[in-house]
Amino acid sequence: MTGPAHPRIWQRFTPQERIARSILYILTIIAVVWSLRTIDIIPEFLYDAPEQTADLFKRMWPFDWAFYPKAIHAALIETFHIATLGTILAILLALPLSFMAARNFTRNPVLRWLAQFIFVSSRSVNSLIWALIFVAIFGPGALAGVMSIAVRSIGFVGKLFGEALEEAQRGPLEALTATGAPRSMILVKGYWPQVEPAFWSIALLRWDINIRESAVLGLVGAGGIGVALDAALNNLYWDQVGLILAVIFAVVIVTEIVTSFLRSRIL
Amino acid sequence: MTTRSARPEAFPVDWPKRLAWIALAVYVVYALSTLDVSLDRILRGFSQAATLFGRMFPPNVAPDKVELITTGMLESLQIAVLATFFGVLLSLPLGFAAARNLSPVWLAGAARGIIAICRSFHPVIVAILFVKAVGFGALAGILALIVATMGFVSKLFAEVVEELNAKQVEAVRATGAPFFNVLIIAVMPQVMARFVGLTVYQFDSNLRNSTMVGIVGGGGIGAPLFTAYQRFDFDVVLTILLVIIALIMMFEMVSARIRRVFQ
Repeated sequence: MTGPAHPRIWQRFTPQERIARSILYILTIIAVVWSLRTIDIIPEFLYDAPEQTADLFKRMWPFDWAFYPKAIHAALIETFHIATLGTILAILLALPLSFMAARNFTRNPVLRWLAQFIFVSSRSVNSLIWALIFVAIFGPGALAGVMSIAVRSIGFVGKLFGEALEEAQRGPLEALTATGAPRSMILVKGYWPQVEPAFWSIALLRWDINIRESAVLGLVGAGGIGVALDAALNNLYWDQVGLILAVIFAVVIVTEIVTSFLRSRIL
Repeated sequence: MTTRSARPEAFPVDWPKRLAWIALAVYVVYALSTLDVSLDRILRGFSQAATLFGRMFPPNVAPDKVELITTGMLESLQIAVLATFFGVLLSLPLGFAAARNLSPVWLAGAARGIIAICRSFHPVIVAILFVKAVGFGALAGILALIVATMGFVSKLFAEVVEELNAKQVEAVRATGAPFFNVLIIAVMPQVMARFVGLTVYQFDSNLRNSTMVGIVGGGGIGAPLFTAYQRFDFDVVLTILLVIIALIMMFEMVSARIRRVFQ
């Protein structure tokens, strides 16, 4: 027989594809079942969960409004500064690295690998864990917060901006090279206009994320509104906790509105 | 002279843009001055960093520590697996409900509201609330990451569903197929690859976050990490960090392969 050149039953995937997919489905099920069976959950804690949740909300309301001018406002401004300065520092540090990682700019594979390694390490460690390290180095306060936001963002900004650079068209670059432009001018007038939209959208996206992240850094002492949150939690002042959460929610919503407005203006 | 002034400059100065850059520079100087960031403090930090790294090396691999780290890492992994699984399961209906081309306006609006609330809080803050609600342990971490997963996956999944090709949906609907068959036959094949991509990405993100929820009592490697940090056992901290980085790098390689299978 000539084999299944025209099989009677149409099938969307080749046998290899189906086997690969089935293996992944089975592995997923195994992972889920293994996790469900071995995870350590204390059921006694669950019995009063609804009461605890109700209690939580009852203690949060009404908010302790007098707390806002006393401690929250200054901490909120500090959070904003931490997120913004951290993002700016991250961009400054990530730009040279992203040129180092871009295949069309750097020929040396060792340098490219080094840049990729820095990006992956920066992204693998969570911002809260970076904050622990920088609090140990610089002491508690906003400086540690700025550094942890910056170091955590290098991987994100550098990876995405490096990919944008790799997509830059060669035509304008070659035209500039042909006029005898120096390398610095090829960067400014050849690469920059092509990658500028990508640059701004990456910067805005990361700033948006960093506003959220900088709100929790204070839990480990790295400054901002998290410090106030940590104090309120440790003292079990849930009416203050509720107010802080409401403030964070408002700030995040405002940030989203601002970034989407800026994105529509710039891009 | 007239010819020269008639010719436009090749690279004219964009004053509004230049002013924006100057304003940014002024802001940076102002913000640095309010944050009590001084050169002296940074320099002192560098000498402190030298001591810190000195105490970190060599990483501690004593048998009792290794056992502690292994249990913690396994729990983090379980938290990530379960949070991704249940989070994605819940994101499917939420994503379909939020897609404006499939669901009525009131339902899409309500679903988008839920997604916005899920997205706006950092997983650690959600974990704090769940620790209060269900007590210390892995369950609080799982629930917190389920919320984060729903916020991310259902938002992007709704966008994917909104982009889908309406012709195939109409064709299946014309045969008289009921709603669920339309979903399975016409919608799922179009969105499956993107959906798997989102899930894999979110698992990656949950794995990173599951190492952190332990700091506020949500289970996983975060608790031993924070304890070691507070006891100044920096050599144990380094071991834990290296294990986290290794696990996440390993999964990045695996996720690229998984995505290729579902291309």
